[in-house]
Amino acid sequence: MVWDALTLQLGYNATLVAIGATLLGVSAGVTGTFLFLRKRALVSDAISHATLPGVCLAFMVLVALGGDGRNLPGLLLGSAVSAWVGLLCMNWLTRRTRLAEDAAIGAVLSVFFGFGIVLLTIIQTMGAGRQAGLEGFLLGSTAGMLWSDAFVIALGGAATLGLVLVLRRPMTLVAFDPEFAAARGLPVHRIDLAMMGLVMAVTVVGLKIVGLILIVALLIIPAVTARFWSERSERVVLLAGLSGGLAGYLGAALSASAPNLPTGPIIVLVSFGFFAVSLLFAPARGVLAAVLRHLRFQRRVHIRQGLLALAQGQTIYEPLTLRLLRRAGVVRADGVATETGKARAAKALRDEKRWQVVRADLAHEATAALYDGLRDIETVLTRDQIADVDSRIGGPQEVQP
Amino acid sequence: MNGEEFVPLSLTPLLIGTFAAIACALPGNFLVLRKQALIGDAISHVVLPGIVVAFLLTGAISTWPMMLGAAGAAVVAVVMIEAIRRLGQIETGAAMGVVFTTMFAAGVLLLEQTDTSSVHLDVEHALYGNLESLIWLDATGWSSLTDPQALAGLPPELPRIALTLAGVVLFTWLLWRPLKISTFDEGFARTIGIRTGALGMALVIAAAIAAVAAFDAVGSIIVIAMFICPPSAARMMTNRLEMQVGWSVLFAAFSAISGYVLAGYGPLWLGGTDAVSAAGMIATMSGLLLAVAARFGPCRTRAGAPVSG
Repeated sequence: MVWDALTLQLGYNATLVAIGATLLGVSAGVTGTFLFLRKRALVSDAISHATLPGVCLAFMVLVALGGDGRNLPGLLLGSAVSAWVGLLCMNWLTRRTRLAEDAAIGAVLSVFFGFGIVLLTIIQTMGAGRQAGLEGFLLGSTAGMLWSDAFVIALGGAATLGLVLVLRRPMTLVAFDPEFAAARGLPVHRIDLAMMGLVMAVTVVGLKIVGLILIVALLIIPAVTARFWSERSERVVLLAGLSGGLAGYLGAALSASAPNLPTGPIIVLVSFGFFAVSLLFAPARGVLAAVLRHLRFQRRVHIRQGLLALAQGQTIYEPLTLRLLRRAGVVRADGVATETGKARAAKALRDEKRWQVVRADLAHEATAALYDGLRDIETVLTRDQIADVDSRIGGPQEVQP
Repeated sequence: MNGEEFVPLSLTPLLIGTFAAIACALPGNFLVLRKQALIGDAISHVVLPGIVVAFLLTGAISTWPMMLGAAGAAVVAVVMIEAIRRLGQIETGAAMGVVFTTMFAAGVLLLEQTDTSSVHLDVEHALYGNLESLIWLDATGWSSLTDPQALAGLPPELPRIALTLAGVVLFTWLLWRPLKISTFDEGFARTIGIRTGALGMALVIAAAIAAVAAFDAVGSIIVIAMFICPPSAARMMTNRLEMQVGWSVLFAAFSAISGYVLAGYGPLWLGGTDAVSAAGMIATMSGLLLAVAARFGPCRTRAGAPVSG
């Protein structure tokens, strides 16, 4: 059943939803990356909640004009307008008043959403049954998706992607260093607004599939996921698009494969699965990598300290150090140094003395900055330099009277 | 309107709404100043999986397991946010976004998977509560306020939220000085021996308790609005924290009462027949208050910010 879903064999509606969700995931991932890099991820929360009054007002206008209230382009237009108003309110609150951005986000999202709910209850009393389509915008409803709906979503997603392509360089610049961008003469404020406008477009496009509460997840999670895998912004953008698209596709397919699996939440959970895997197993920034790095570092410190202790004739009691030294063949089982152990210990002590000379000498200032108590001195000085240092250490010294 | 109608139908929802609003606005003052305003947003989203899990475990809609489940979910969320922030070196906003959307999605999925057709448990209810239905059927008029038999029939949400409000007031009153100092100058607070980490955690827990109790009565949308809007509006009115807290309580109570009245009677005045959502209206009123304060409040700009920019 799942296999049928993955290969798009489950019928017309499931196929439409899967294609729509994939496109939505790609454009949300790509757009969300810029938002995440700008450290404004939760702005998307305010924007998405601010769509609700627009949807309701558009519905009321459409009905008042005698049309079908559930005309998707009309509703999306209304949601875009009210999201834009919410965005401007939020911007005004942060720029012109003392409120911090998080309070402005919270104020806009709760007030717009609350007003939207008031409008929803008004619609419920306008005519029974007709509002059912609107409740679906809260959590998404893919059951009755039409070809024209999918077309609107695909078109919106493609347009967003195109705009991101055009604006990617200024947006990256503003995300990383807004002061520098302003100094270069870029209109930072307008680029920010454009970025938010793109987020708004994705939100509006995603209303039908995942709903306004969960579209936030598609904007944030793929971007955070991709950030684990690369330090280069273009790659992060591409990876976020890939992970978002994959989550959309897998989520839509899974939700079609069994009853009672709502599309929006499944997509979000698949996307979180990618995130969790990345958090744990990403090569450089993942938890596993960090733990391994820590263990390796711990091993080096213990061996180094053990060698220095051996060289100074001190007994080692610390069990981990003893075990590590024994495994390296430096000490015997009873804790006495082997021949190699003695040689390595003497070398470690001499290295320590060499470092002392290097750190005291201003001519070696740059090298001295690399001192961390673990580094072998051959890796930072040439053989000639080491010979020079050794000549300064000299042989055994006479005690001054 | 006379007492015979007002007391059973409107008094208890009004009181519950006002208490919930004030209980959220008090910790909200500190959260807004500490730039943690969205904690309320995150908590009110994750409450959903908490109550669904509690329902699955107990198989019934009973209050205490659900409150415990919600509180448990809030704790899980706070721990997860902190873990993701530290382990993944991700900024707080994004970490919050990851956690609360995922937990909310999990809650919706669980809800769809369970057969809840027999009980009143759905997403809409979680979002905007059922303030209007918290009526006091045993009351017959103002005299019922002294009648122990009628008082026993009060909706249980009322004493619960009153207790929560008392707890939050006590918390704020007892920890006023450390809270104030650590909110404005964390470094100084630490040098005079205040444990700022524990205090911050205590504040979040107090906020979570207020949110869960208020959520039970009025739904999550009021919770978010009341955490943020009244304190933000109060911030535009004054530079002193004492005054700000006072203003925020006033604003919270005003939005709760005016919102409830407008939702209940506004449509009738306009010639409609049915009331609109009280929760939504209360949030809307708090937003209008904030808008007015942000436009005309005496302390609305940042100190030192250009007058026009």
